[in-house]
Amino acid sequence: MKYLIKKICTLIITLLVISLLSFLAFQVIPGDAALSRLGTGATEQKRESLRREMGLDRPMLERYGSWLKGFLKGDMGESYTYSVPVSGLIREKLPITLAITGMAFVWMLAVSIPLGLLAGKFAGRLPDRILTVLNQLVMSVPGFFMGILITCLFGLALHWFTPGGYVSYQEGWRPFLGYLFFPSVSIALPKCAMGVKLLRSSVIGELNQDYVRTAYSRGNSQTQALFGHVLKNSLLPVLTFWALAIADIVASSVILEQVFTIPGLGTLLVQSISNRDYPVVQAVIVLVAGLTVAINFLVDVLYGVIDPRVNLR
Amino acid sequence: MVEKRNMIVGGILAAAVTVFMLVGLFYTPYDPEAMDLSMKFAPASLAHPFGCDQFGRDVLSRALQGSGVTFLVAAGTLCIGGGLGTLLGLFTGYFGGWPDEMIMRFNDLIVAFPSILLALIFISLLGPGKYNVILALGIVFIPSFARIVRSQVIVHKDMDYVKSARLMGVGHLRILFVHILPNIRRTLFSALAIGFNNAALSEAGMSYLGIGVQPPDASIGRMMSETQAYMFTAPWSVLFPGLAMILMVLGFGLLSDGWSA
Repeated sequence: MKYLIKKICTLIITLLVISLLSFLAFQVIPGDAALSRLGTGATEQKRESLRREMGLDRPMLERYGSWLKGFLKGDMGESYTYSVPVSGLIREKLPITLAITGMAFVWMLAVSIPLGLLAGKFAGRLPDRILTVLNQLVMSVPGFFMGILITCLFGLALHWFTPGGYVSYQEGWRPFLGYLFFPSVSIALPKCAMGVKLLRSSVIGELNQDYVRTAYSRGNSQTQALFGHVLKNSLLPVLTFWALAIADIVASSVILEQVFTIPGLGTLLVQSISNRDYPVVQAVIVLVAGLTVAINFLVDVLYGVIDPRVNLR
Repeated sequence: MVEKRNMIVGGILAAAVTVFMLVGLFYTPYDPEAMDLSMKFAPASLAHPFGCDQFGRDVLSRALQGSGVTFLVAAGTLCIGGGLGTLLGLFTGYFGGWPDEMIMRFNDLIVAFPSILLALIFISLLGPGKYNVILALGIVFIPSFARIVRSQVIVHKDMDYVKSARLMGVGHLRILFVHILPNIRRTLFSALAIGFNNAALSEAGMSYLGIGVQPPDASIGRMMSETQAYMFTAPWSVLFPGLAMILMVLGFGLLSDGWSA
């Protein structure tokens, strides 16, 4: 319980600090927001009235307060470029990015658990050696290059999907998720390799423990010992990696969305940075950071459930 | 034995790639920007070992120049991030107390944050370009170095050699830099090699997105986003720069593994 309360406090403080920092960051931008919106041709009077309308004449902390309150209610300001509410833009893009990152996360778990067990079980033998070499290779390919290679192989050569033929989820979930398959695999592959590597060494460590010998001596078969005893214990250190991998997956999705021309949050972010559309940049960053921190919190709590020892700390 | 072999392979690869990058800073066989439409999509030949791109520009020259810029960015990032991070880690780990606690909490916060997003915040504030990328990545890389060095310093500061140095009246600064720092060099080198990879990859990723290194500076990331559409007609214009990148990551990765083993 103490562990949980401590974690919740950390979560709240972290979220507050993130929001404050990203708010402050966009306050120190060189130049005048009203000026950049109206152009240099506007009269001083017009600029002054826009500044008041945008609330730029109030003290900074007060503006942070009202911005945060608005943000929590879903009012994230208005996009400079499109002159529409930022929340609408985000609501439209968020499901896309959530779908890609969610799928990538599932692939990561689905691939790295069985392969990591396999490599750890047969450490030093053929399956392990093949996996180790494959791992090293996959980990060396930059994310966007992996995307380009996959586009070339499965899109252009094998015609399994149409590069650039993104289908919106409004037109149907099946073709939408189908198009996201290859992007999410490109994101997940390097993480799978890392996961297999970590789980492998963790399994090797656990297999040498006394409790495994006890399990055998009580008549458990190798499979029973592996799945009933070793798996659970060796997943613990890997769980921390998976939590950290979420941040990486989100980061790679920003780039892979560009490779596969998917109009998700990442694409919105990149366009907004190029257009200097600060309200959008700020909202996307706070949102993504908030989500990442929240998921990390969930993993921490889960960790406490799986391994009761951390609650005692 | 395997570790040693990996490290030798990694060292050779890393050295070869570094030479390639350093050459790119000073020399390219052709002008990387010179267009020659008669050479459009020319495949690899003796005159153009990597072939030519959609404007008939020599891919080798562009890759050389681009990796030179990548080297500059990665080295600059390591100077800022590795340098400040190491100092921060040394002092917080050695002295402890509330500054340590505070800085580490702040570190935890940043580590949970996707690093490229953090760099993008800086870029959106500072604007793109080579030096801003170095600054952004450098700042973003400080926490990871601080964390690694700090954990090592904490282990070493209670070891006998540090205790006896202190008994002999050696000053704190001298203990930190002359006694502890050389003893944690393997961990530090390993972190620097991985950091070099991460910095180069982040630069490539940002340039690929069009918000990293800007023209006239060439960049492997931007080369790829420009030639990606011609992947099928002229695969060499994408594959060779990509291969150079893979060899770099592989080399420094193996080297780092070797040092940390």
